[in-house]
Amino acid sequence: MSAKHLKHIDPYSPQFGTMVPLGFQKWLRTCVIYQFIRFIAINIRMTILILKSHH
Amino acid sequence: MARLIVMGGGVSGHTAATFARDWLGSEHEVVVVTPNSMWNWIPSNIWVGVGGMSKEDVVFPLAPVYEKAGIDYRQAKAVSIHPEGKEGGDTPYITIEYTGQDKEGQSEELTYDYLINATGPKLNFGATEGLGEGTELGKNTVSVCTADHAVHANNELRNCIEKMKKGEKQTILIGMGHGMCTCQGAAFEYIFNVEHILKEEGVRDMAEIVFITNESFLGDFGMGGIHFKMGGFATSSKVFAESLYAERGMDWILGAHVNRVEEGKVTFETLDGQTDTQEFDFAMLIPPFAGVGLKAFGKDGADITDTIFAPNGFMKVDAKYDAGAYENWKGSDWPKTLQNPTYKNMFAVGIAFAPPHIISKPMSSPNGTPINPTPPRTGMPSAMMGKAVAQSIVDMIEGRATEPTHTACMAEMGAACVASAGKGLFSGTAAAMTVYPVVPDFEKYPGTGRDLNGTTGELGLAAHWVKHILHHLFLWKAKLKPGWKLIPE
Repeated sequence: MSAKHLKHIDPYSPQFGTMVPLGFQKWLRTCVIYQFIRFIAINIRMTILILKSHH
Repeated sequence: MARLIVMGGGVSGHTAATFARDWLGSEHEVVVVTPNSMWNWIPSNIWVGVGGMSKEDVVFPLAPVYEKAGIDYRQAKAVSIHPEGKEGGDTPYITIEYTGQDKEGQSEELTYDYLINATGPKLNFGATEGLGEGTELGKNTVSVCTADHAVHANNELRNCIEKMKKGEKQTILIGMGHGMCTCQGAAFEYIFNVEHILKEEGVRDMAEIVFITNESFLGDFGMGGIHFKMGGFATSSKVFAESLYAERGMDWILGAHVNRVEEGKVTFETLDGQTDTQEFDFAMLIPPFAGVGLKAFGKDGADITDTIFAPNGFMKVDAKYDAGAYENWKGSDWPKTLQNPTYKNMFAVGIAFAPPHIISKPMSSPNGTPINPTPPRTGMPSAMMGKAVAQSIVDMIEGRATEPTHTACMAEMGAACVASAGKGLFSGTAAAMTVYPVVPDFEKYPGTGRDLNGTTGELGLAAHWVKHILHHLFLWKAKLKPGWKLIPE
């Protein structure tokens, strides 16, 4: 199952030394329901940041 | 009656001018001097560069907006500053040279009471032999720094895609064209958007895509990297960025100072002192930035450029320029009011102010070549600087204060950055990052230098929606359409 997400990674290449997302993680990235929730979360986070940053 | 002159009409200058005009009474004048006739929402240029948007989607004419707002618009470039006036008068003035409004080439003197330098950068293509944006000067590489550059980049990319469709493999090189570049984010966005387009065109397997950067590690972004809370770990942006490149099957070259570009080949020096080359069929390399080359003169006509500007051409402000070695650097070195220390009626915002030092740890090759990203000061921080300086100047003009009343210090402000990784209503992705503060403060936040609760990052479709909405919101705001002041910087 995981092989198709990793087949382009060569052993001991620079890409070999980091984390690579598998199927579920990739699916979540464009899952509309999950991403709608993340959309709200990102907006809240950015609003807090803006409020903290103006002096 | 007071006159405020804003030199430059980019994100920071436009923000400063429009808020100042809104807050000041009609007896006061706000003048904008910018050589451009169009305003450009630069963050969306990367979409123009892959054909996802047209030039018209990211620019609009400035003249009608300024006319409606009551801002005196001069399509001209600022040439020199005379902060002490001239013999026979103490009134400070600048000289400008028109680039439009049917006065091309004509010079004029404009007196001011307050001056904001928001001239942005000179795109210093000349710093690297052969680097360019497609003209004769640098026909070997393309750029996405302006909307016109991005249109040209897309044309070249399309030629490349056509070759791939005919079965010709192509090497695509994207990144930084010099060891002292900033704006890694733009190159980061462009490489992922190119990869996304190649997939959509069905030719991804025909391309080798390589990222070349002056960062010592992926994810430095000119900010020394950032740490996010992720899965119970404080995770470095190095892991976050490497993971993205690895997932998309892209190679990277780190710590590189590109010193020559020829047709189909770059030559670069790396942090270990080696010289190497990389061949390419299509290359988008960002140039280093420099000040726009403004000169300054005293009352007697003496050249005082060195008093007002740092050697790199950016204007000195209330920063600590003698902080010394990296070990001594502190967040408090960074300017707060952005006021020039010599001439208190002058301010600099956005890229135009001289930073006290870089943010990333300074590095150089054994040959002594400095190879490190210079500090980013675009986007949200530059708009916040423009607004804070406008507030201070308005308070001083209206007699409420004699000193600046507002601050916008990069060591005390956060930044939100949404970096596109591919465009599409349901197929697009972007990295949504928040960083607090922009300049790490290792005394306040030991270990990572930043507040882990305010520093976040995630990749997904939601971030793409945010980026797309921000595109429309900021263009709406810049056009001063109803409710523009409600949209935060």
